Amino acid sequence: MLDFALELRKSVFSLQVEARFTSEWTVIFGPSGAGKSTLLRLLAGLDQPDRGRIALDDHLLTDTASHLHVKPGARRLGFVAQHPALFPHLGITANVRYGIRGLNAAQAASRVEEALSLVGAIDLLNRRPRDLSGGEAQRVALARALAPLPRLLLLDEPFSALDGAASDALLLRLRPWLRAHGIQAVQVTHDATDAYTADAEVALLRAGRIVAQGPAPIALAEERVRILQRLSPS
Amino acid sequence: MDWQAINVTLRLAAITTAVLLVISVPLSALLVLNRARWLAALEALTSLPLVLPPTVLGFFLLVLLGPRTAVGRALIGVIGHPLAFSFSGLVVGSVIYSLPFAVQSLVAGFASIEPVLIDAARLLGAGPVRLVFTLFLPLARRSLLAAAVLTFLHTVGEFGVVLMLGGDIPGATRTLSILLYDQVESFDYAAANRTAGLLLVLSLAALAAIYAGSRSRGGRNA
Repeated sequence: MLDFALELRKSVFSLQVEARFTSEWTVIFGPSGAGKSTLLRLLAGLDQPDRGRIALDDHLLTDTASHLHVKPGARRLGFVAQHPALFPHLGITANVRYGIRGLNAAQAASRVEEALSLVGAIDLLNRRPRDLSGGEAQRVALARALAPLPRLLLLDEPFSALDGAASDALLLRLRPWLRAHGIQAVQVTHDATDAYTADAEVALLRAGRIVAQGPAPIALAEERVRILQRLSPS
Repeated sequence: MDWQAINVTLRLAAITTAVLLVISVPLSALLVLNRARWLAALEALTSLPLVLPPTVLGFFLLVLLGPRTAVGRALIGVIGHPLAFSFSGLVVGSVIYSLPFAVQSLVAGFASIEPVLIDAARLLGAGPVRLVFTLFLPLARRSLLAAAVLTFLHTVGEFGVVLMLGGDIPGATRTLSILLYDQVESFDYAAANRTAGLLLVLSLAALAAIYAGSRSRGGRNA
């Protein structure tokens, strides 16, 4: 369970959000500039809020009142952004292995293979990051985030380079694996179909505020009408 | 050919380069990774030798390391002799004098690494030491090379600090630059020509060797 109440003011933009995500897959939906990525960076600990707290499964990660800020690497979370950010000087195996700790070489190798198989990238094992397409790099970045078995997976439009069918197939394999390992996922997107596809709980973010939260058909009712209007002949 | 001066010069440049890399890598990483305001003062301090006349720096160090100051007396108590007018003193002076050349090259290299890569490594649990060894040094290897070359050559050609702090003691503090000065002062232009030529060849050879190595490894990034 992810529980947070955060405030951040950045020149003309202000973020003020409070929510509790209990679903195994939550989608934060909102237009560009709504503060989705900012919120995800705060949850990841890459940035610090002006005020607020973040708790994951009752463990405090951030609490400005007590000056607590757990470092990003100690939060046990995986983060995949639109930019895959693979380490260009390392091979695919070394990239995926980078965050694994406390395993011997054989166990780590097995974990790397498991993560790459899960995301459909096992055939990329001997390639270099510079030789990968955008979609392949995003798959490897996802495998790298999953390999250390985080408690929370944060996804910032991570499948933007995959086509719809590939993205759906990946989600189909990913969801049960996350459930089996007890990993909660939070995805941000500006694409309403992502929220419907993932059958997720949705938090609707507008201008730095969460204005609705609930199952996709309810939270995105207004968005659904807008999409249908655009699709219907005038 | 004054082999003693060549030996002192090369030893001084090699030791200074090694010491400076050990100091500058963590210092540069700190300057890049940490946005604390007080670090601006530290960055300014590391750059000071760039604008300070070498003779002024040499004079300050001469006084600081001598028996007139508490620091100097403490050092004499520890090592048994003053650092001024010794090879060790020259190393201290050279390290301070060449500090900005190493730090500025490394800071430029480290700062050019994409922030998303640093974020990714931090999220995967990398602390500052792992960041330096697994990300900064491999991705900024050309900057590391530049820092080493600049430091080495800068130390080889150093004059003001060496003269003020080390004097002109054959086998201990007489470097090629000091030897050249001595030769010109005594109107021995033939010897001065040879020494100046040697310094020129040394500088050119070091640069060429390093660029050749860089090309053969195909390392043109960062």
